[in-house]
Amino acid sequence: MLKLEAVHTFYGPVEALKGVSLEVNAGEIVTLIGANGAGKSTLLKTVCGLPQATHGTITFAGEDITRKPTHLIMQSGLALAPEGRRIFPGLTVLENLHIGGFFADKSRLEADLERVYTLFPILKERRHQRGGTLSGGEQQMLAIARALMSRPTLLLLDEPSLGLAPLVIAQIFRILEAIRQEGVTIFLVEQNAHRALQLADRGYVLENGWIVLADTGANLLVNAAVRKAYLGG
Amino acid sequence: MTLKRRLPEALSMSLLTALLTLPVLGVHLQVEGLKVALQGDARPVCIAMTAVFLARLFQEPLKQAYSWLNLGRLLPGPQRLATYRTPLLTLLVGAALIWPFFASRGAVDVATLSLIYVMLGLGLNIVVGYAGLLDLGYVAFYAVGAYSYALLAQNFGLGFWECLPVSVAMTATAGCLLGFPVLRLRGDYLAIVTLGFGEIVYLLLNNLDSLTGGPDGVKNIPKPTFFGLEFAREPSTPGGVTFHRFFGLDYRGGDVVIFLFLLALVLVLFILFVIDRLIRMPIGRAWEALREDELACVSLGLNPTVIKLSAFTLGASFGGFAGAFFAARQGFINPESFTFIESAIVLAIVVLGGMGSQIGVILAAVALTVLPEVARQFQEYRMLAFGLVMILMMIWRPQGLLPASRPRLELPQ
Repeated sequence: MLKLEAVHTFYGPVEALKGVSLEVNAGEIVTLIGANGAGKSTLLKTVCGLPQATHGTITFAGEDITRKPTHLIMQSGLALAPEGRRIFPGLTVLENLHIGGFFADKSRLEADLERVYTLFPILKERRHQRGGTLSGGEQQMLAIARALMSRPTLLLLDEPSLGLAPLVIAQIFRILEAIRQEGVTIFLVEQNAHRALQLADRGYVLENGWIVLADTGANLLVNAAVRKAYLGG
Repeated sequence: MTLKRRLPEALSMSLLTALLTLPVLGVHLQVEGLKVALQGDARPVCIAMTAVFLARLFQEPLKQAYSWLNLGRLLPGPQRLATYRTPLLTLLVGAALIWPFFASRGAVDVATLSLIYVMLGLGLNIVVGYAGLLDLGYVAFYAVGAYSYALLAQNFGLGFWECLPVSVAMTATAGCLLGFPVLRLRGDYLAIVTLGFGEIVYLLLNNLDSLTGGPDGVKNIPKPTFFGLEFAREPSTPGGVTFHRFFGLDYRGGDVVIFLFLLALVLVLFILFVIDRLIRMPIGRAWEALREDELACVSLGLNPTVIKLSAFTLGASFGGFAGAFFAARQGFINPESFTFIESAIVLAIVVLGGMGSQIGVILAAVALTVLPEVARQFQEYRMLAFGLVMILMMIWRPQGLLPASRPRLELPQ
């Protein structure tokens, strides 16, 4: 479904991705783990075309999207819940969701709203509240819900567990499983390697801009090198 | 006890005041015959010293009195205002329709001017308040609107009503043209470029003598007509009909002033209606989303280019409305009406009213145009008072007179 082939990304002279290849198949949950500065977020951003890859190709659903402008990529069935949530703090929850469904079929808007309210009941309660007044966990839920409003086939998540309490993280990961059950493919970038690998079908380990390991989630969980570097021994 | 403790500090502060105010307030320029002489005047300095001394000495009780007074509370909160919005607006519009027939000519004229600023404020509110793009050169669009009408009328003999859509279209084009180069800029950088744009337009108007008449401006711009009826003692074209003849009234010079006021009111209501619709549409929500987080907007598939350009274009076109009307009202325009200070005033209106709040902008526009007229007798202290009001506003209502309201609380079910 999503395929990266030898992708290089530069920030000025700095090479953040040094030829990354990976693949996400339809229906899977794939996770990408790695330390700070390994290039995890850069990889997701490159998929979205901000910044664009300097070399290599990115294909999504059989179409080359390497040189496509960001907003067109995001209209083609891909959705991103960005790092740090980036909800619109001054807009209400409902307005945030409307913006998420900006390009979706308007006749299905109510159905789409019901769908995310079923996944995140708390958002229905808070729908007339400003986004900025939500708690961190609720904001993360809003960010995911907002991304889902465009009816994506592939959901990109950048560190949904960032800065959240363990109980809230557990809740969010349960919801991710439910989203997968609905047929949405998920590509999850995480620092919380343990949880991410437990949830994921397959995982990739990124180090200094290289993919150093690729295996099933279960295998990576017991992999000695991964245990040592990311799971605390 | 505390007073005794504060005494030395109060004394030293008043001495400092004396030092600071002496060169500014303590010396007057006096013309004696042909000579200009410096004359010392201790009185203002003494007043300033006493004021600072007393304020310092009684700082604590004053603070208490201030917190008890709490001026911010006197203005209604956004929630309460929202419930009264429709009846209040109807009442206001009704009063505004009847008022000019009883008011003095001068007052109606000032009110018309303030309505022009309401139009400008509402237009800039789209760009600054909703889309969050700081535009310091808004006066350029005002100028384009005014000159479009003036030049079309002068060169092709067209009337106000034919020219209004044309000049609005021209201003919208200008807004779009400015939008393109500044798409990549944000915040302060955007402000600098728009500031430059305003200056460019001003300089062009001043120096393109052959087209704009340079500093002499454009004269004899026709006034708007009432469905083809002129407001004049005698029709300007043979066979024309004037307003007072058609309705069998006596000619009164004040009629045209009242007509212009009512016309401005209609234009304002039209703009208000259009903007009210726009901000409920997806594009309006997209503007607000862009203001909040541009990157998040892009990641949701919104095209920032289109959103920014639409904000610039629509905002500019309302400036064009105001400009064309201004030219028609004045009958004469020159570049001096379109200097940077106009941009600053319109921006002050938007900020003072509360960014993104329509009613707030209207209130601020009326306040900022009517207050200086009322305070005309204070002459040079006018700008001082103006600045003081601004500072006090920022202390009491930093979010503006009537901040944009948004439902914040869920009603109990």
